[in-house]
Order: sequence, then structure tokens, then C-alpha cells
Amino acid sequence: MEIIISNSNGVPIYEQIKEQIKAKIVSNELKENELLPSIRTLAKDLRCSVITTKNAYEELVKEGYVKNVPAKGFYVAKINKDVVLEEQLNKIEELLDKVVNIAKINNINKKTLKEILDILWEDK
Amino acid sequence: MENILEIKNLNKKYDNFELKNITFNLPKGMIMGFIGENGAGKTTTIKAILDIIKAYSGEIKIFGLDNQQNESKIKEDIGVVLDDMFFPEILTPNDISNTMAGIYKNWDTKMFYNYLKEFSLLANKQIKTFSKGMRKKLEIATALSHHPKLLILDEPTSGLDPIARDEVIQIFQSFIEKDDCSILLSSHITTDLEHIADYITFINHGEIILSKTTNELLDKYGIVKCGEKEFMGIAKKDYIKYKKNKYEYEVLVSDKKDFKEKYNIAVIDKITLDDLMVLMVKGEE
Repeated sequence: MEIIISNSNGVPIYEQIKEQIKAKIVSNELKENELLPSIRTLAKDLRCSVITTKNAYEELVKEGYVKNVPAKGFYVAKINKDVVLEEQLNKIEELLDKVVNIAKINNINKKTLKEILDILWEDK
Repeated sequence: MENILEIKNLNKKYDNFELKNITFNLPKGMIMGFIGENGAGKTTTIKAILDIIKAYSGEIKIFGLDNQQNESKIKEDIGVVLDDMFFPEILTPNDISNTMAGIYKNWDTKMFYNYLKEFSLLANKQIKTFSKGMRKKLEIATALSHHPKLLILDEPTSGLDPIARDEVIQIFQSFIEKDDCSILLSSHITTDLEHIADYITFINHGEIILSKTTNELLDKYGIVKCGEKEFMGIAKKDYIKYKKNKYEYEVLVSDKKDFKEKYNIAVIDKITLDDLMVLMVKGEE
């Protein structure tokens, strides 16, 4: 498993860990019921504090991606694909909301926005 | 969470210096960075914890026990690295292992020799032939080899080059990985602490001015940089300290995000522990 932490991009480290593990669970790189490294081992290997990895795991548990089996460790939970998709759609809606706001403030029309979207879409 | 170390209202008076109501807790399995200027009281506090200096008021509990009444029992489970080397120069690491085996019930000869190997220290060479960095590593190996539950390290990385520091820091992390041990670590090299410390406790002029999780400090605190006009518009309750420089004001705030929502000031930087120390010590309220 690869986790790449940036110390300078302004995103809290626990959040970077959380998002990357989450992405691996969604993409099935980490499979259901797989045992994750312990909080302390992950902290050692990522060179971060124990509280940081603990926060990341706690949030993953809260969001339902990981389950904590007392005295055993943290395992990948069975995820609900619909919930994951819904979450991603919410994220997109939030970002598009900002886009629309900027467009309206600057009198940029819908057609132009769609054109930009088309170009970006084809580029990827 | 269970505390391995509890300090409550510790006071100690010298002619020209005093520790004032030092209070903080170190939870089990955590690393606490202890920072402050030279002469701020770090070593004095550590010596009081270890019962090397007496005649203070207040309470120090280690593993839930009073540190003076249960000294010998507590010392068995503490590993210590102090700023000044305490081994006689004519001894060799072999001698140290033999001596320690007589002192500590849990002395682990095998572990000690593993550390010597890891640090490339020769067991039969006299300490006087060792460089400063090697001596520090020997002290660290000694402190770790009796399976302590609490490590108290006063400037353990001073005198080490970046590569050796990295090695040592990793050894501390492996150490708490296995044994669920806690570490109190004083250091000037704050970058070491930014990465591995769970808590930061900051002492200044004999007083604790801050004791928080490292994440809260690094993720939430920030430095606002602005001109005089903008600075005048900031309410006093919204910042902790400020410093007027030649071309700008630097303002320490405890919640970057909150601040951003309230004020329209463009530059809000992430802080480092060094920035925090400078602003807390040199800044005005």
C-alpha cells in the first residue's frame, strides 16, 4: 500500500491519510475484511504522531469505511457503493456551486461554462 | 486516557529563577515534545520529575505513584537521557552493560548489544574515544535497554547530524510501537517534534504557557501577515500575540479558518513550532 504525505500542501496530515485509505477502499485496492496496519505501526512508518493516525482511523470508522475490532485491530468494512457515490456527487455539487457563483458574478454564461467543461472532460 | 506522568502545581524557587505552577499530563503511549528557550526551565522540570532536585511544592505522579515516596520502584521503569553525559570516560559499553545488569532487574543485554550494532558502536572501546554523536547514541541505547515504560529525554538529538537524528527518531517511534511506552522529549530541534510528537508543551520563564496536541497547533494556529491599517482592525480577542516588523505585522491566531471567515486579510500562513516559539516569547499581547 502506498500513502504519500505532503508536509506543505496545507491539508492536515490525518486528512491526507484518511482520504488516501478511503480511495484505496473505494477502488478495491484494500479489500473488505483486510486488516489495516496498527495505529502505532502506521505512525512509525509514516513518520507522524500516533494521534494523527488515530484521528485518521477514527474518522474512517465514523464514516463507515473501517471497523474497529477491539483487541484485534482495524479492518476494512463492507462499503455501500450507493453511499460512496452519493458522497462523491455531493462533493461535485459543492464545487460546481462555487463555479456557478463565480460565473454569475462575472456575467459568464452557461454556454461558456459548458464549453470549458467539454474541453476539460476531453483532456483527461 | 490513562496518564503516565502527572505534574500538578510544581513550584521551585532559586535566587534568580523559579518554576511557577507547572502543570501538565502525559498520557500513556504518547510522545510529548517539551520546548522553550534556553533557561526557560525545561531541564529543571525534568530534574524535578526525576527527583534529582528537591525542595519544591506540588505533586508529581509517575505511573500513578508519588515520585518521591516510590522512587526506587519508579526508577526501574524509567529510561533517561540527560543533556550532560554521565558515564565515566574510561568505561566501555561492555562495562556499562555489566553495571546496568546489576542495577536494573529488567536489563536486556541482548537488546543493548543490538542497539550497539545498529548504532555502529564498538562494545570494547573506551568511551573517551567516542565522538559526541556516538556518546549520545550510547546513552540512548542504555536508556532503552531495560524496557522502560517512560522515557525522559533531555535534548537527545542535540549534537547529532541529520542522518543520526533520523535514525534516533525512528528508534523512538519503534519503541513506542511495541511497548506502549510514553516519551517526554525536550528539544530545540523542533522539526523533529513536528513530525512525531503527539503533544507539545511550551515552557517560558518557568511557566507553562501552552500544552496542546501538535495537530491542533500545526493545523489550526496560523500567522496572519498584514499592514498596520489592517492590524488595527483586528479585535484583541481574535489574536494571541503580535509582532511588529519593519514591513509588516505578524499576528498569531489560534484558528486560521475562523479568522479567515471574520476578516478579509489575504496572507495567513501555516505555523511551524519555531514561529510559534518566537511569537510567543517575543510577541506582544
